[in-house]
Amino acid sequence: MEFSGISSYVVSLAIMAGIYAVFCLGLNIQWGYTGLFNIGIAGFFCIGAYTSAMITTPMPSGIYAQYVHQIFGLNLPFVFGLMGAAIVCGVVALLIGIPTLRLGEDYLAIATLGIAETIRLIFNNEQWLANGPRGLMDMPQPFHSVVSPQNYNYIYLIITVIAMVIIYFAIEKAIRSPWGRVLRAIREDEGSASMSGKDVFNFKMQSLIFGSMVMGIGGALYAHYTKAISPSVFTPLYGTFIIWVMLMAGGSGNNKGAILGAYVIWGIWVGTKFVTDFLPYTLQSRAPYIRFLIIGILLEVILIYRPQGLLGEEKKISKLLD
Amino acid sequence: MIELIVYGIVLGSIIALGAIGLTMVYRIVGFANFAHGEFMTGGAYVALFVVTILLPWIGFPDSRFVPLSFGWRMVIAFPIAMAVVAILAIALDKILYKKLRAKKSGPVILAMASLGASFIIRMTILIIWGSDYIFYRPGLMRPALDLPLSVKIRPDQIFIFCAAIFLVILLHLFLKRTKMGKAMRATADNTDLALVTGIDTERIIAWTWAIGGGLAAAGGVLYGIDVQLHPGMGWNFLIPIFAATILGSIGNIYGALIGGFVIGIAQQVSTAFLAPTYKLAVAFMIMILILLIRPQGIFGKE
Repeated sequence: MEFSGISSYVVSLAIMAGIYAVFCLGLNIQWGYTGLFNIGIAGFFCIGAYTSAMITTPMPSGIYAQYVHQIFGLNLPFVFGLMGAAIVCGVVALLIGIPTLRLGEDYLAIATLGIAETIRLIFNNEQWLANGPRGLMDMPQPFHSVVSPQNYNYIYLIITVIAMVIIYFAIEKAIRSPWGRVLRAIREDEGSASMSGKDVFNFKMQSLIFGSMVMGIGGALYAHYTKAISPSVFTPLYGTFIIWVMLMAGGSGNNKGAILGAYVIWGIWVGTKFVTDFLPYTLQSRAPYIRFLIIGILLEVILIYRPQGLLGEEKKISKLLD
Repeated sequence: MIELIVYGIVLGSIIALGAIGLTMVYRIVGFANFAHGEFMTGGAYVALFVVTILLPWIGFPDSRFVPLSFGWRMVIAFPIAMAVVAILAIALDKILYKKLRAKKSGPVILAMASLGASFIIRMTILIIWGSDYIFYRPGLMRPALDLPLSVKIRPDQIFIFCAAIFLVILLHLFLKRTKMGKAMRATADNTDLALVTGIDTERIIAWTWAIGGGLAAAGGVLYGIDVQLHPGMGWNFLIPIFAATILGSIGNIYGALIGGFVIGIAQQVSTAFLAPTYKLAVAFMIMILILLIRPQGIFGKE
């Protein structure tokens, strides 16, 4: 492979890892700092991607209107797509939080799992909503006319990294504030947090919404990168499970760890493809399953032997206090 | 409508087999086992292996109990599937959950580990059998019987209901009559008190996994007989069995049984108004409703 081929491959890898890093940061707010067990990330991934797609594309017209159905098409710029994705995901998080956040921690897990599956079913079955199983295509890419199409990924890498860095600093700021200290107090001991006069339900809700909004942005970044989305993308495997492995590998409760984990696990995931390419031809069609098996075993190994992940949690009491 | 309710009872008896094991593991081992659906899938595929590969290989003759769709091969495969998944569940506990318990990991970490285990089991099945839909006995005409009230039902479905009820009665007798059963009920009621009275909790946990895994496997095989096999079948049962468990109050075996029937009937009746693919969402909506109205379930204490 010539140099430009390799570098464009590395860039596409870095973009996907960066998008996953955004999801890891969102999950880190919920799980790493608050102890909320959200296993329906795929649902927020899906909603974020579709919302941004429909905000930024025009309503299909002419001959396309016969083949492509979507409930709305606003034709607004990319930034509105990101914001819309975050807002809609925040609303969904609010709705899922109301029945579950007062109950034990596993209720949220079951409910988020259920909502993710339900969302996928709805997008698959309702043609009028977002074109059913065929999904949506041709989401606009910002600054597309600046460079030639084969070099566009460099621009998108910069956009992804900027989004990731802004989200990173926003979370760091929030977590070091009194608000963030309450979240960690809730994670450690709900009882004593509420005895200190903190409204545990409210803080959990804010954390769930904040994290889900970040996930919505992740979904939007994904939609405009691949330019084609369909419900089959947002499976529990690609949409939820691998993100959990990333966060646990990097170190939950550590935003640098969340980003590192995304890059390391995405690297391993892509790397295993090179290994499975050596498999005999008859086994090639089963290769993705073998790769996911490896990722699954990796999670168990992390949970047993290194539950703190690569980096472990950072102490964040005060910069004045060590 | 009556026909849909009858189908719902059949589906409900399969859900109940999953939910009873889930509720026992939830209470006695102490976490939400997200791999429980995969125990169902695992059981179905172990039975497939026995019926289509192992028994033909040793030259066991094929037979069929007309009008049912299966014969002696399935009668042998059924308990083998239950036993294999029971052993698998105990093995998972020994190599995974026990280590996490020893590290004092919280129930959420155990639940996460079980989510990982569910993917490991599903991927293993996908690697071996691929992602196709498979029948235990392909190409068989399976005519339905005409019952009163214009209910059409296949003989297999009557068998499924009877088999599930038979297993539940066995479990009931085990819990009421045997020493181990009584010890399990004691542990479920109050783990600390059980420890003080000298009950070996690790043994109780192993038995719980065995029963939970075995019943789930039975549910998977029965679903395979009723419909067909698919590596994602157990994952699709996960939300219904959790809904049944929560509806019947976590830890309550008879609650899980009733919850299973309620969810099964609701799922089937919903097909009169909704696309059948929404069955899973129906189970989910019922679960959300219970969480809003009565989170402790119908048999839970205030």
